[in-house]
Amino acid sequence: MSLENLSMQVESGEVFGFLGPNGAGKSTTIKLLMRLIFPTSGTARILGKSIEDVSTHQRIGYLPEQPYFYDYLTAGELLDYFARFHRLTANDRCVRVQRILRKVGLETAKKMQLRKYSKGMLQRVGMAQAILHEPEVVVLDEPMSGLDPLGRREVRDIILELKREGRTVLFSTHILSDAEMLCDRVGVIVGGKLRGVGTPGEMVGIQTQGMEILFEVQGAAKRFPLLDRATRTGERYRAQVSESELYGALDELRGAGARILSVAQIKPTLEDFFMHLVEADRAQASAVEVTGK
Amino acid sequence: MTRRAITGLCLTAALVFGLAAVWVLQNKIDGQRDAMHLEQDELLLRSGSTVKKLSLEYGPLMGAIYWTRAVQYYGEKHRLQERGLDLLWPLLDIATTLDPNLLVAYSFGSMFLSDAAPRGAGRPDLAVKLLERGIQANPEEWRLYQDLGNVYYFDAKNYSKAAAAYEEGSKNPHAFIWMKVMAAKIAGEGRSLDTSYFLWQQVYETSTNKDIRQNAEVHLRLLKVDLDLRTLDQFLDEYEKRTGKRAKRMSELVEAGLLKRIPSDSDGFPYVVGASGKAELNLNSPLLEEKVMNPS
Amino acid sequence: MKNIWIVATNTFREAVRDRVLYNLVFFALLMMGAAIVVGQISIGIEQTVIVSLGLAAISVIGLFIAVFIGVGLVSKEMDKRTLYALLAKPLKRWEFLLGKYAGLVMTLAVNTAAMAVGLYAALWTVKQPLVESDAYVFVAVYLILLKLALIVALAMLFSCFTTPFLAILFTGGMYVAGVFAYDLRTIQGINLSATIVKLVRGISYLLPNFQNFNVTGAVAHGRGVPGSLVWHVTVYTVVYCAVVLAGASAVFARRNLK
Repeated sequence: MSLENLSMQVESGEVFGFLGPNGAGKSTTIKLLMRLIFPTSGTARILGKSIEDVSTHQRIGYLPEQPYFYDYLTAGELLDYFARFHRLTANDRCVRVQRILRKVGLETAKKMQLRKYSKGMLQRVGMAQAILHEPEVVVLDEPMSGLDPLGRREVRDIILELKREGRTVLFSTHILSDAEMLCDRVGVIVGGKLRGVGTPGEMVGIQTQGMEILFEVQGAAKRFPLLDRATRTGERYRAQVSESELYGALDELRGAGARILSVAQIKPTLEDFFMHLVEADRAQASAVEVTGK
Repeated sequence: MTRRAITGLCLTAALVFGLAAVWVLQNKIDGQRDAMHLEQDELLLRSGSTVKKLSLEYGPLMGAIYWTRAVQYYGEKHRLQERGLDLLWPLLDIATTLDPNLLVAYSFGSMFLSDAAPRGAGRPDLAVKLLERGIQANPEEWRLYQDLGNVYYFDAKNYSKAAAAYEEGSKNPHAFIWMKVMAAKIAGEGRSLDTSYFLWQQVYETSTNKDIRQNAEVHLRLLKVDLDLRTLDQFLDEYEKRTGKRAKRMSELVEAGLLKRIPSDSDGFPYVVGASGKAELNLNSPLLEEKVMNPS
Repeated sequence: MKNIWIVATNTFREAVRDRVLYNLVFFALLMMGAAIVVGQISIGIEQTVIVSLGLAAISVIGLFIAVFIGVGLVSKEMDKRTLYALLAKPLKRWEFLLGKYAGLVMTLAVNTAAMAVGLYAALWTVKQPLVESDAYVFVAVYLILLKLALIVALAMLFSCFTTPFLAILFTGGMYVAGVFAYDLRTIQGINLSATIVKLVRGISYLLPNFQNFNVTGAVAHGRGVPGSLVWHVTVYTVVYCAVVLAGASAVFARRNLK
């Protein structure tokens, strides 16, 4: 995975979402920031200092993608171990570890060795070690992955709390709804390139793609045009119409004696947005190929 | 200069300095360990076949290493003038088992195994064993027959076998002609000073191994003494024949015109006439001690 | 400096929980068995056999731990990604490396000390009373520990830039080469040109000369080891390890973690 000319800025105190499909380069960018990998060229700064200055890590918290920790330690021991690097006193460490475990909901599992933890539990430990030392900047790589809806909600709450405390949060995800709910701004990255930075709404565009009607037809149906346009699953049919066509379609259905189950607005998904970008990418690439013979 | 470059430079300098320090320390440690005489007295694996199996495909390399150890071992013992070359046979046995084509090991080994103590281990039987293995692995090497003959002649004192060895070796078209000649001579008259001297001379002239040449030189020196004394005895007999009495001093032989001047041994000490009336080494000559220490 | 200690103590804890130290049980059994068997052989050489066997066992067990766990110190963290969160702490990469190194060396120190005690126990069962010269066994064990420290450093160096399997191979190869370094120094020119012989001699000085650490020959026979030798070998080990670890740090500092 290679990145191309990435240039980005995250403001202090904001929650910035890093969006992109899998393999787009989100993790790569974050790893570059944390100096796990090195760029071929370019510089980066966190809190005004170059990332080469490791002492800045005192004020940074990081949650890696799919975290894995020393499985022979318990959660309490791991957090204590990491906390030592931040030069917290033994007493301080004890207090904070207790507090943070409660916050991420792992208090009961405190004495259990990490090798027995589920993926979701490991994710929580990861979150815990990222914020234990009350960092000014928190970098989270796919913090929602592996969590059930309840867990995701808890993470969202934590991120909002961090924002309230005035901390800067940078997190990567591919779930649009999370980004919409949490982020002040988002950066979209596809195929190693940054496609744009702005508020969530700006990025995706407010245009809807029309309305979706869910209906049922009983008995031997006489055919009507909408039926042909619809996709069928068992007894149910799903049809897409533009906003202007909506009332005409509803009349058609009523006339045919179909039972209308639901009418909903189709919102563009992130996938649509990305597909659009990827298609644009490919089109450009082939254009280049043809001309650059 | 960028910080990275400076760090890189410092690191390289530290590495170079470190390796230099390692070199110096290693020298010091070597010196101390030599003084402790550790290596030489240890040989955990004595079975050649075991070592061969452990060496996997690297027999010849391991053979070279054992050969090196054998030479080192001999050198140490020689330098310190210690007696007992007990480890020599096992080391050579292993070396030649690992690499049967290690010709120099056979020559070296046979000489120092068979030569009487303190020059060698005094075990001509082991020398023969070694050489027979060498001949079996290298039938084209006539020099091994030369070595075998030398062992039988000098140390085993089995002259018929010695003659047989030289004879066998002479069959090789590359062999020196003297092999055949010597075979006949030894078969006929057994041991003689001239033969001994000749054989050692051959060893001295044809070997490139430092230790072998040195040893041959010692033997040659002592044999020269014997030859000189034999010649001088002949003159003394001649003198007695002419004058009817035994000369008491060498100068008398000079006066009688039999010798131009009083001959000296290779260390420069003039020969003298002994109490028995036979020529003898000067009492001050270091060769006397050598002769006593190295009975032929 | 403190960071190194933090990492070291955690590494030590890992080794203890990893049941690495269970080899001590095996060693104790081995020693007891040897003591019993030796008693049946001949009288007079029990000391030699037990000391030789004991030191050899300490050396071999230590060697395996040093190579396999030494290579794993860095490899395991990179493979399992436990390293990622750790490097986000205010911890320099070289501090991490040295900490892991110190932790394993501490583990080995505890290990060899315990095995030395076991060796003494076995020795005591065949020879009472123990005399002053028997204390030299400790010197031999100390030298073995120095050797292990050097091997761990080499294992770490190799594991920083190759796969674990190759790192084990290289470390093992280096060990074998180092054992024969002394012989290479006095190599006789068998069909070798003079320049090659000189080159080989030069390299033999720079290879880790593992024979330096071997005083079994003296100690097994109750002979002493001069203090100056111990001192020189200690300095040698410190310098050599420093060079190797500096190299490892340099390599690791710019390594991309996948």
